[in-house]
Amino acid sequence: MKPLQLLERRFAALAAAVMMMTMVAVPPASAADYPERPVGVTVAYGAGGATDFQARIVTMMSAQEDYLGQPIYIINKPGAGGQRGWNDFVTRAKPNGYELAAYNVPHFIAQSIAFPDKVKYNIGNLEPIANWGADPAVLIVPKDSPFDSARDVVEYAKGNPGRLTVNGAGKFVGHHIAFLQFVRAAGVETTYVPHPKGGAGALKDVMGGQVKAGFNNLSDAFRSRDNLKILAVADLQRHDFLPDVPTLKEQGIDVDDSSVNFRGIMAPAGTPPEVIAFLAERVPEMFNNKRRVAKKMKDGGSPLRVMGRDEVAAMWKERQAYLTELLKDLVQ
Amino acid sequence: MPDFLQYMGNVFEPFNFLILLLGTAGGLILGALPGLSPTMAVALLIPFTFHMEPTGGLILLGSVYTATVAGGAVSAILLRIPGAPANIATTLDGHRMVQQGRAAQALQLSFLSSGVGGLLGVLVLIFFTPVLAQWALGFGPSHLFWMAVLGVTVIASLASDSVVKGLAAGCMGLWISSIGYDGVQGVHRFTFTSHLDGGIHIIAALVGLFAVPQVIDMLARAPGRSSAASVQRHSLWQALRQVAGKPRTLAIGSVVGVIVGLVPGAGGQIAGLVAYDQSRKFSRMRDNYGKGEPEGLIAAETANNAMVGPSLVPLLTLSIPGSPTAAVLLGGLLIHGIFPGPDLFTDYPDVSWTFIDALLVGQVLMVVLGLALCRLAAKVILLPENYLAAAVMVLAVFGTYSVQNSYSDVLIMAVLGGGMWFLEKYGFGAGPLVLGIVLGPIAEQNFVYGRTIATAGDGVLPYFFTGTLNVILIAIIVASIAGSVALEIRARRQREREAAS
Repeated sequence: MKPLQLLERRFAALAAAVMMMTMVAVPPASAADYPERPVGVTVAYGAGGATDFQARIVTMMSAQEDYLGQPIYIINKPGAGGQRGWNDFVTRAKPNGYELAAYNVPHFIAQSIAFPDKVKYNIGNLEPIANWGADPAVLIVPKDSPFDSARDVVEYAKGNPGRLTVNGAGKFVGHHIAFLQFVRAAGVETTYVPHPKGGAGALKDVMGGQVKAGFNNLSDAFRSRDNLKILAVADLQRHDFLPDVPTLKEQGIDVDDSSVNFRGIMAPAGTPPEVIAFLAERVPEMFNNKRRVAKKMKDGGSPLRVMGRDEVAAMWKERQAYLTELLKDLVQ
Repeated sequence: MPDFLQYMGNVFEPFNFLILLLGTAGGLILGALPGLSPTMAVALLIPFTFHMEPTGGLILLGSVYTATVAGGAVSAILLRIPGAPANIATTLDGHRMVQQGRAAQALQLSFLSSGVGGLLGVLVLIFFTPVLAQWALGFGPSHLFWMAVLGVTVIASLASDSVVKGLAAGCMGLWISSIGYDGVQGVHRFTFTSHLDGGIHIIAALVGLFAVPQVIDMLARAPGRSSAASVQRHSLWQALRQVAGKPRTLAIGSVVGVIVGLVPGAGGQIAGLVAYDQSRKFSRMRDNYGKGEPEGLIAAETANNAMVGPSLVPLLTLSIPGSPTAAVLLGGLLIHGIFPGPDLFTDYPDVSWTFIDALLVGQVLMVVLGLALCRLAAKVILLPENYLAAAVMVLAVFGTYSVQNSYSDVLIMAVLGGGMWFLEKYGFGAGPLVLGIVLGPIAEQNFVYGRTIATAGDGVLPYFFTGTLNVILIAIIVASIAGSVALEIRARRQREREAAS
């Protein structure tokens, strides 16, 4: 036998072996007995990140009879700021209630507006189930910064157009939205510096004084509060974690809660209504489990905010309208 | 008595020690499998630690991290497939030694120098953490940019036959690294198919570029043949003496590993390469580098493991994860309500010191277990190549898929691997190409990021060229390039002289 033929034959055998490994049988499902096997939740961010970590906590009690009666397992599909996982979810997930995903608002809505030809998901082909967490953006400055309030930052920006550097995790994420709202409300001209390594890198650079200010997650800034000054919260009310930090609104800068990072569970459009109704009833109860879920979230410094299906649907619609308007100058 | 000794007893409690033992053994095996990186091994374990006591959970994570980094050397040496980017430099001399029948020696040297580097790294973490934390904060985008440029100068050492081909391969790597969604500018680049939206993951690239050409070559050769004729026995005592006889190599490896590990965002992945390059420049044996010189192996492995301890400094003191693995560890701490930060060691001394002691003891266990497994592991290369190739391919597909649960990554791995097989036939190396993929994003993103800041401040030139740290880094780069040029000229003269005589 010629070497090349030999090579070919061995590749064929190899390919067959690999194919066999990837074949998995899928049993038929009926909505009446839902759920009769474990339920998967796709997380569009890496294992160990904030979304993944919180998703694992809030779903840990799922197997109890009062909740789903079946365990939930997490599948991480990170990449392209969440776009890869969510694209995969809307194009491939079967609408049978066994394939759910975690959402991050405003990220997925902003992406669906900013990249209409790349992103295949939007609030039209997804069904909200329930919200578990809300992490507002906060305005932070280095510990030795001359700024002591959001007003000081605005004063400086007015006196030095374009010279105030404000960093955040990237483009079209909550920090960027907060920045855009801040700039618009204060009527200033400043520079947004998206950090290549996301929120953690951005936080480090504010501590190290590489930039003059930043918008970052309240939960992360809270943990590092000894190395930073937290000047304002971009939300409608003050936060339990930081009762002394005023909102931007209180300081006369008209910024609402549009940048708050909401996290929750969603299903693909076309999931049977009885399955959605079942999930919409049980999942918020599971998130509200005081003894384990709420305690673990609090211990981990992750703010819990449980919202039902209708409330989330309304929030999605509101964000969609507002972000379309806010981002229209940035999107060609 | 220093704090860390006070809590040393906790590590030796039966349950904790059992976890440490299991974590180290499991980590060595996971690390030795191509495609399974330390980050992934730690991420896989996080859910298990949910239900454990904080101390036990952290001991498990810490020991697995330590052991996977060292275990990565095994496949790098035996199969020339680096388990993680950190092990690229390990393949250079390590695999050559295997071909010369010195597999057992290569593995022994690798584990011993890993242990030396690892222990020093953890000691740095124990004694200098507060000072170093401030130092790590001082690193801004301009410094990271220069660090990446310093990494590029290593290409001259990597490309054994032609520097030009090495640079060309490096440029290909740079281009490949720019594929995918760029979160900084919010644009998609070169993504003509949705498989490329997430970019080229470094593990998919590593497995594809190193493992696939290797497998094709193995299959193309006559069946029943094994890749090395023999595995010579090598006494442990001799290995110890060889490692101890290289204080300069160990020092260069440790210092480079500690510094690169400390800088958040430099990725630690280039520690092995920079140390390999620097020790070559200072060595009398420099002409043997790349031909199976134990020194090259020792430098690379010392640096890889010296990086582990310091890479945790920004995480433990500032709550800022400096590497992907540290980010996963942060999740493991938070789940137990432990907030890393300046007060960590005063608020939770038992948990945090026990964790650090476990890292220390884990290094020793790793060396002992690794050495015990050496003889057995080295036998792998005596297997007929056709069986070995099949096993490697299954692991490559499996490992690549599991990094991001993505079939696209498997396709990318296969395409890159097929392309690399042809490139190798024309004398291009996988090393410089991977280096381009690793360094490209660090250089580009930090340049763009730094430029944005500089434009709002005093301008781009002063931002990148003034300041003590910038100047020091630029000086090292210039010295490194000058060193490479001098070596090249000397080598050429020598060849001419030999040709003339």
